[in-house]
Amino acid sequence: MAPAPELLPYAKIREDLFRPLSGAGSSYWLTMLAALAVVLAGAYAWSYQLRFGMGVTGLQRPVFWGFYIVDFVFWIGISHAGTLISAILRLTEAAWRKPITRAAEAITVFALMIGGLFPIIHLGRAWYFYWLIPYPNDRLIWPNFRSPLVWDLTAIITYITGSVIYLYLPLIPDMAQLAEHNTPWRRKLYRILSLGWTGSDREWHALERAMKLMAGIILAVAVSVHTVVAWDFAMTIAPGWHSTIFGPYFVAGAIFSGIAALIIVMALIRKVLKLELYLTDHHFNNLSKLLLMMSLLWLYFTMAEHLTVWYGNEPEEMTVFNAKTRSAYAPLFWGMVGLNFVVPFVLLGIRRLRTIQTAAFSSVCVLIGMWLERYLIAVPTLTNPRLTSATSSYFPSWVEITITAATFAGMVMLYLIFAKIFPIIAVWEFKPHVAEEE
Amino acid sequence: MEHRWGMAIDLDRCTGCEACVVACHAENNLPVAPPDQAATGRTVHWIRVDRYYEGEFPDIKVKYMPVMCQHCDDAPCEPVCPTYATYHNNEGLNVQVYNRCVGTFYCANNCPYTVRYFNWFDPEWPQPLQLQLNPDVAVRVSGVMEKCSFCIQRIKRSKEDAAQGPRPLADGDVKPACVQSCPAEAMVFGDLADPESKVSRLAENGRATKLLEGLGTKPKVFYLQRAK
Repeated sequence: MAPAPELLPYAKIREDLFRPLSGAGSSYWLTMLAALAVVLAGAYAWSYQLRFGMGVTGLQRPVFWGFYIVDFVFWIGISHAGTLISAILRLTEAAWRKPITRAAEAITVFALMIGGLFPIIHLGRAWYFYWLIPYPNDRLIWPNFRSPLVWDLTAIITYITGSVIYLYLPLIPDMAQLAEHNTPWRRKLYRILSLGWTGSDREWHALERAMKLMAGIILAVAVSVHTVVAWDFAMTIAPGWHSTIFGPYFVAGAIFSGIAALIIVMALIRKVLKLELYLTDHHFNNLSKLLLMMSLLWLYFTMAEHLTVWYGNEPEEMTVFNAKTRSAYAPLFWGMVGLNFVVPFVLLGIRRLRTIQTAAFSSVCVLIGMWLERYLIAVPTLTNPRLTSATSSYFPSWVEITITAATFAGMVMLYLIFAKIFPIIAVWEFKPHVAEEE
Repeated sequence: MEHRWGMAIDLDRCTGCEACVVACHAENNLPVAPPDQAATGRTVHWIRVDRYYEGEFPDIKVKYMPVMCQHCDDAPCEPVCPTYATYHNNEGLNVQVYNRCVGTFYCANNCPYTVRYFNWFDPEWPQPLQLQLNPDVAVRVSGVMEKCSFCIQRIKRSKEDAAQGPRPLADGDVKPACVQSCPAEAMVFGDLADPESKVSRLAENGRATKLLEGLGTKPKVFYLQRAK
């Protein structure tokens, strides 16, 4: 096993971690261009939808929520990678967190930026989305505070504000170190962003306190955000949605997919930025165990949800249950169980098989599985309404597929830009004797 | 006096002729979906006639059930709308404010009767149907939800006429388009707040049932049918 990165000389750490900021190879630009092309295709698809109406999607009565809502829940789930993991590790002072936290926090901010777009994209009249915001207006109309969608908006705005602060705070000391950079625009940028940081004891103490405080706040916010997302479904009286465990079920699923996203991103930057010394087997091993634990928790929740429905045997609930497990959606459902439970359980549960490669592979499986989970929550309920005469089906159109693809490309693009401007691993965290003088 | 509008539909009389559907289209400026859209389930019918089959062919019985917005007193669609585009007015109607709707689809997902319809595109009418649009009813734009209004424009017109005329509004003065056009006279509309009205008496009838009553939505449409 490689030595812990904390033991490397600080000068080397500085050099290694600041190096990726300067210069960009042709593969960087090629990836960037490819991602940009897909993002532009998505932008075109959305403008097409805005121009002609929601009819360009595959939605139809009574399936009013499709890919967009699935994507929304998926990306908000991914956003739980950063905050929760980094906040928990920071609060418990886990030493191995150091090279992980920033990569995780960046995922949160970008996933929220992307996920937060979907409630707007899915609107029939997206240009009026601001009517959900409680602002004083000449019509003297307030939004309906009883609507879970208003809670949702509030939760997401709070969450994105909090996680931007949470990402920014630990960036400040690194910005100050980089303020001597030799590229003029960078020097200017870093100088502004470092807020005149000098590294005095008082500043370090203030920063430590602020980060502790934000870690505590962001934990509560993260849990509440995904609970509210779950309540968008659970507050209805639709069979399959009206469930008391949806709040914790969604939070657990979000952390599960968040860890998977983090493992994938870490495996990629480890390779691409040649950070093998910093992101070691040790980190992947620990994260794999976390992923395995969340996989088991997910299985428990999924079983609790479905077993009670099956045993209760209410006709309307059973229609949805049967659609999911026995007929139209059965391949997706059992595929989901395989991807979310069997794959991680075998590959990460057996110690000999647990490597960086299998961790990354399991994580990809988990991401697909968790996307399917949200699809299987949203769609089968809608295709099987209480009045059987309205029973329907759903298949996405090219517009929905393109926009979905564009969000993944958008994530890649945002991450590539971020990794070029900011060190993806917090350098100052490795600085010896930073906040020892209490 | 405050009104509480309601409807009674005698399923033992309904022949499933769908005259109500056509009348509703004409009265309420419902868009006509082109064939390709209709095939994907994008039609808009504020009232639709559901069919239920009993028995096996050839010994089969078809039961028809006209279903429109049930104007629930505890409507699940209302609290979930973030912009108050759908709310309860003081006459017990569940009303839809098109200008206020941003199209979150939430109301439709929470309607157990699936009677809410969405404007997937800007509305269109095949020639010459565009010439018969009702000037009393707004034409809805792409992106908003809509549903049966119990012909609120007719309720309003009747009240105004009564206010100017010699006598107050009487039972049977207000007739939504579906009620007016029903050849079997299976539908009755009226004021549930008036215990003497025809619809109130039918609601007390032993044959009266409500659709998905167990959900506690308190619908104001009563279906009359023989108990088996």
